[in-house]
Amino acid sequence: MRPHLFVGRDETPVAFVETVAGGIRLKALDRAAVRAGLEPGLTLADARARVPELEVYDHDSHADHEWLERLADGCQRYTPSVALDAPDGLILDIAGCVHEFEGERRLAADLEDRLARRGLLVRHAFGDTPDTARALARYAGAPAPDEKRAVKRLPVAALGLDEDATTALCRAGLKTVGDVMARPLSVIAARFGEEAAMMIRRLDGSVKGPIVARRTVAKIGVERRFAEPITRTDYALEILAELAAEANVQLTERHEGGRRWEARLFRADGLVQRLRIETGQPTRDVALLMRLFRERIDSLADPLDPGFGYDLLRLDVALAETLDASQLKLEGGEAQRGDVAQLVDQLSTRLGRTRVRRFSARDSHIPEQAELMLPAAETPAPTAWITPEKGEPPLRPIYLFDPPQPIESMMSEVPDGPPHRFRWRRTVHDVAHSEGPERIAGEWWRREDIPTRDYYRIEDRRGRRFWIFRHGLYSEVETPRWYLHGLFA
Amino acid sequence: METRPIEHYKNTVNESSALIARLKRIATMGMPIQADDRSADSWLAQGMPPAQLHEVFATMDDAACGAGFAVACALVGGAAPVMWLRTEASERQGGRLHAGGLVEIGLDVSSLVLGVVEDEASLLRAAADAARCPGLGMLLIESWGRAPKIDLTATRRLMLAAEASGVTILSLRIGADPVPSAAATRWQVGALRSRPLEADAPGKPAFNIELLRRRGGQAGLRWRVEWDRDTYIFNKLAAETAAGDTADAPLAVVPIGAGDPAALSRAGVSVAADRAAADDAAASVRRTG
Repeated sequence: MRPHLFVGRDETPVAFVETVAGGIRLKALDRAAVRAGLEPGLTLADARARVPELEVYDHDSHADHEWLERLADGCQRYTPSVALDAPDGLILDIAGCVHEFEGERRLAADLEDRLARRGLLVRHAFGDTPDTARALARYAGAPAPDEKRAVKRLPVAALGLDEDATTALCRAGLKTVGDVMARPLSVIAARFGEEAAMMIRRLDGSVKGPIVARRTVAKIGVERRFAEPITRTDYALEILAELAAEANVQLTERHEGGRRWEARLFRADGLVQRLRIETGQPTRDVALLMRLFRERIDSLADPLDPGFGYDLLRLDVALAETLDASQLKLEGGEAQRGDVAQLVDQLSTRLGRTRVRRFSARDSHIPEQAELMLPAAETPAPTAWITPEKGEPPLRPIYLFDPPQPIESMMSEVPDGPPHRFRWRRTVHDVAHSEGPERIAGEWWRREDIPTRDYYRIEDRRGRRFWIFRHGLYSEVETPRWYLHGLFA
Repeated sequence: METRPIEHYKNTVNESSALIARLKRIATMGMPIQADDRSADSWLAQGMPPAQLHEVFATMDDAACGAGFAVACALVGGAAPVMWLRTEASERQGGRLHAGGLVEIGLDVSSLVLGVVEDEASLLRAAADAARCPGLGMLLIESWGRAPKIDLTATRRLMLAAEASGVTILSLRIGADPVPSAAATRWQVGALRSRPLEADAPGKPAFNIELLRRRGGQAGLRWRVEWDRDTYIFNKLAAETAAGDTADAPLAVVPIGAGDPAALSRAGVSVAADRAAADDAAASVRRTG
């Protein structure tokens, strides 16, 4: 969906099309197109014949979904619990959230206003459970004095069963949800499946379907609303610093520090911009947080755009850990390590978490799988590395090629031995010393056909040390290939 | 619009007065640059002078030697933790760092922080941040190719940051030609044939080291050294035996720093390595792995 197309445009009908078996068909229409008598499912050729001035765009369901996600983000100004009802619905759990708006109808009006500014026409309904609200919003029934009776007057399509079941219900003379409810549940379940029975129980309120909220509610959240939207990013950051100080008061009371922070800047037009930062150590240092937020803003592909201004700022502490007030002051060494942690946070924020790493040992004998690179900001638990034996030279290279680089073995003294001479990157190396083989079998318990590797440590006549292997034994492979896997110092 | 707190100006004033004091001190000493009064061999046992920028050059073929020498320098100088910054080009062309191999050189990899950045510009930017972090022991900046952005200005900035924070910075330049820089020392590292072990196995890491330039000191010196990760020391190898392809005979270890009793005692330990020399024909099979 291209929202800007719908704001302040003239009356040319618009249709979105998708290619299905049997040709190009209409998928979605705007109001003008509906007024012109078009409907989804029509072939494009028919539609063009009826409405020659029709503007046509390709339907992009991914873009639609992203747009819905963005709208859902924006709706978090009303409640933290927002669920997507794809492809075109949102479910908000507003229980306990209406005090800002003096009633749920004012809240709905506010939401519709905001969306109308983006050219969106929405229909809303309230319900005791997510399912009744959804059914009431999506299907139109006869007018009714209260919610229970309104549900009963909805058409059977509101049950959300497949087309065959819906048709069968209609043929059986059951036109509304109330008709179906009047029958014994066991009969419905026997004829139309457990799903239909479940749906009925959900609609009559005896079972409450869960809201699959898109995000978990943060432990600590602070927010500030503005009657007059603020348009200066600098000012927004000052407010953010104040919010951070407020959050820190709460964190101090709980003897905690935040590790993951999320700032959300809600724009007056319903969109939201989010800034996420993460620190390696729990912290309550406002100056540090603001430095990280600024780093994050600098690294954004699109700069922050206040548009018509922000009217709500919220700061959430998504992850908090124990941090005692005196922990850093006990000894100097701790403070020094903290310096490196700050550096890691700063670089992780700017470059991306995955670019700043620490090594972590893994239980595998395959050299390239024996270690793991973890984001340094996560401070992985120290793992035990095998202590090398005294007096031995290094048996593993310091640079490892992944994937290993093919080399051309030019001479082997014995079939099972290392090459006498090999070519790598257009240079010929004469082997002076060698040691091996160190045999590393494939992980045969995962796959059987992985050839064994025979590794050799070799040194050429100029003193360069290589780690090469033959991929496969002569008994396994007819002509095994040679690879260079690493370089020794 | 950015509003700077008053503290900022106070800091600037403090910094400039500190700078003036330092300039005065230098002027009274009559020493425009700090001369290195340590003996030319001292780095073998003590590492490179701390809180300065050093450059290590290696050809692309000798990249692993350069890296091994750099790590060994951090170890011999007792600099920890180490932050290693490299570019994606290095990862692609030079291979990725292998923790198992770093452990075998003697490095405690759990203290190593590795930063892989996109390009040279981000490398310098990350290096500038890391150089100001006093908690670091050594900052290792690995660049691949000519890297023209690492110029006189960039190195001067790093040198100033190193002096202020006390971090030893080692700029490992693989495949680059020396250009004017503000580094305290400049080294060239090349591969050297190791002293082979029993059964003709390649021995401990050995390097050809040349000190190309040294601020306020003698330059143009050469060493042939072997790294001993058990004692954290560079052992000098006798020069005459290491040359040429005919050097299949075992190389002798020469104790370093004859005038320095501390270094001598440490070197003494390393000579008594428990591995037999290569001419010990009795043991012809070595256990591996």
